[in-house]
Amino acid sequence: MSKTVLNCGYLPLVDCAPLVIAKELGFAAEEGLALNLMRQPSWSALRDMLALGHLDVAQMLSPMPVAMSIGFGGLPARVDTLMVLSVNGTVFGVSNEVAADLGDVPFGDANAILAALNARKGAKLRVGVPFHYSMHRLLLSYWTSNAPGVQIEEITVPPPRMADAVADGYVDAFWVGEPWGSVAVGKGVAQLTMMGRNVWQFAPEKVLAARHDWVETNGDAAARLMRAVFKASAWLDAQKNTPLAVEILARSEHLSMSPDLIDPALSGDIVTKPATAPKPVGRFLQFHRHAATFPWRSQAAWIASQLGADVAGIQKAKACFRTDLYRRNLEGVGADMPGASEKEEGALHFETAVASSRGHMILAPDAFFNGKTYDFPRK
Amino acid sequence: MDQLFQAALKLGICAFIASLTGWRNSATEALRAQSIDPPHTSAFYGGMNQNLRILVVEPDPERVRAIIDALTDAGWSDVKAVAQMSALDRTVKDFAPDIVLIDLANPDRDTLEHISYATETSKRAVALFVDQTDDALTQAALSAGVSAYVVDGLKMERIKSVLETAIARFKIMRQMQSELDAAKQALEDRKTIDRAKGILMRQRDMSEDEAYNLLRTTAMRQNRKVIDVAHALVTAADLLS
Repeated sequence: MSKTVLNCGYLPLVDCAPLVIAKELGFAAEEGLALNLMRQPSWSALRDMLALGHLDVAQMLSPMPVAMSIGFGGLPARVDTLMVLSVNGTVFGVSNEVAADLGDVPFGDANAILAALNARKGAKLRVGVPFHYSMHRLLLSYWTSNAPGVQIEEITVPPPRMADAVADGYVDAFWVGEPWGSVAVGKGVAQLTMMGRNVWQFAPEKVLAARHDWVETNGDAAARLMRAVFKASAWLDAQKNTPLAVEILARSEHLSMSPDLIDPALSGDIVTKPATAPKPVGRFLQFHRHAATFPWRSQAAWIASQLGADVAGIQKAKACFRTDLYRRNLEGVGADMPGASEKEEGALHFETAVASSRGHMILAPDAFFNGKTYDFPRK
Repeated sequence: MDQLFQAALKLGICAFIASLTGWRNSATEALRAQSIDPPHTSAFYGGMNQNLRILVVEPDPERVRAIIDALTDAGWSDVKAVAQMSALDRTVKDFAPDIVLIDLANPDRDTLEHISYATETSKRAVALFVDQTDDALTQAALSAGVSAYVVDGLKMERIKSVLETAIARFKIMRQMQSELDAAKQALEDRKTIDRAKGILMRQRDMSEDEAYNLLRTTAMRQNRKVIDVAHALVTAADLLS
C-alpha cells in the first residue's frame, strides 16, 4: 500500500525531536505516512509556505497559530494547533559584561535576576529573541514588565547567529531555544542565568500546526500524524532513549551539529557558565509526561491575552487549539484525557492529580514567577 | 494575486511589500519633502517608476549587483542594498524604503518582520504574500525565492513591475546557483571516485579500467550509486591508514 506523503516544515532545533523521531524510528510509517521533513530557513518562510499550501503541516512556535488565527502579524490565516510538540526548553542568557554587573544571583531565580537588572544602571538592555511571535518574546515581555526600571529593547536575531550577536556586542542578552544557548556558552561569550520555566513553569513551546481548511479535508492524515507524533514523544520521554535521540538529531540531515551541543537540552544537564561543569536543572524540556502534548485552550487564551487580543480574539485563539481533535484522534493510542480542556493557568505549584479518562493524570506545576493566575471564562 | 504568490514561492523569491511609511521617522520625512525631484527628473525616469525607494537585503555582492543592475535597467534608480543584519534596523529607518526585496531563504526575514511590527504608526510594512489578490504574482515570487515587503497602501499596479523585474532576476540567479552547485558536486564526486580507483589500483594491483569496473559492478550488485561505494571505500581506507 502506498503511503500518504505529508510535507512537514520545521526548524533545526532540539525541540523538533518529536517530528524527527516519528520519521526515523518508523512511527509515521506504521501509520501509513511518508513524513517528508522540510527544513525551513526562518519562521517567516515556514509560515508563508504553510499558509500558501506548500507545506501540509509544520512545527510552529506556540504563539504563531494564535497570532495568525486572530489576524495579527505577517500573514493572517486560519491555522490550527493539533497538539503541543514540546513544553519549556528555552534559556535566558547574558553577555559576560552584564553577568559581571548582575553579580552572584542564583541560577533560575527570576525575581532575583530581575531585581539585579533593575539595580543595574545604564542604557536599555538589548535582548535577542528568535521571532516576534514566540514564547521567548512573550515571556521576556511578561517578566520584565514586572520591573518598570528594567528597560529592554527586543531584537530579532536568527538563533544560529545569537552567539555572534553577543560576541559582537549587538545584543546584551538573549532568550533562545537549545542548542543555541549552549553554543553561546561554549564559545565563552555568555552565561545562562535562567530557563524559560523559571518565568512560567509549564509554557507550551512548539506546536504541530496545519491550515484549518487542510485539517477539515485531511482529517484522516492529520489523525495518523498526531498518533505518530504522540508515540514519538512518549519514546523521547524515556530516559534510556536519550543517547539514541541525541545521535539521530545530530545527523547531517537534521541538526547537523556535534552531539555535545544537543545533549544538554535532552539530558537536562546544562553548562551555564563557560568552563564549568554541567549541572542538572531538572524538567528542562518536556515532550510527553504531564499531558505535555495536550493543547490546553487556556494556554492559547494566555498567549492571546499577552498579544493584546480582545475578548473575541481570545475566543478565536481558544478555538484554534484543537482539543476536540486531540480527544478524538488519540483516545485509541492510550492518551489519558483530562476532564476539562481549560485550566486556571498558573494555579499549580506542585504536581497535582486531576480528573482524567484513565485516572492516571498528574499535572506538572504551571505557576508563574510572580504567583499570578489566569482564568479565561467562556463568554 | 494568489497565483503570483505561488509563483514566487516556487522561484524561491520572497518579496515583502511593506507598508513602510511606518518605518519613516519624521526627520527623514522632512528631508525627503525638501528634496523632491524636479519635474524633469520624473519625465526622464519615465513616469511612475521614479519615486519608489527599493532596499535589497542580500549578503552576496555579486547577487546584489545583479539585482541592482536589473532594477536600474528597468528604470528604478533609488535602490540601496544592505548586507548586514546589524545594519538592517537603522537602514530601514533612515532610508525609508517603499519596497524591501529579500531572498525567501534569508534568515534575516524574521528580523525584517520584527522591524515592521515594531513601527508605531498605523501604516506598516506587510509581506507581499499577505495581499493575495494576484495569485500568479505570489506564486511567481515564491518559486523565484524572492519575498518583498511593501508599504501598506501602495497600489498593486505601482509595485507590480518592480516585482516582475525582481522575480525574473531571482529566477536567473537561482538557476545559476543550482547549476553551480551541480557542477561543484560533480567535481567533488569525480575526485572521490578517482581516489577510490587509486586505492584499488594500489592495493589490488589493478588497471584504472578494472578499478572502475569493480566499483561499478559492486554498486550495481548492492543497488547503490558508484559514488556511494567510492565514498565508503575512501572512508574505510582513511580509517585503516
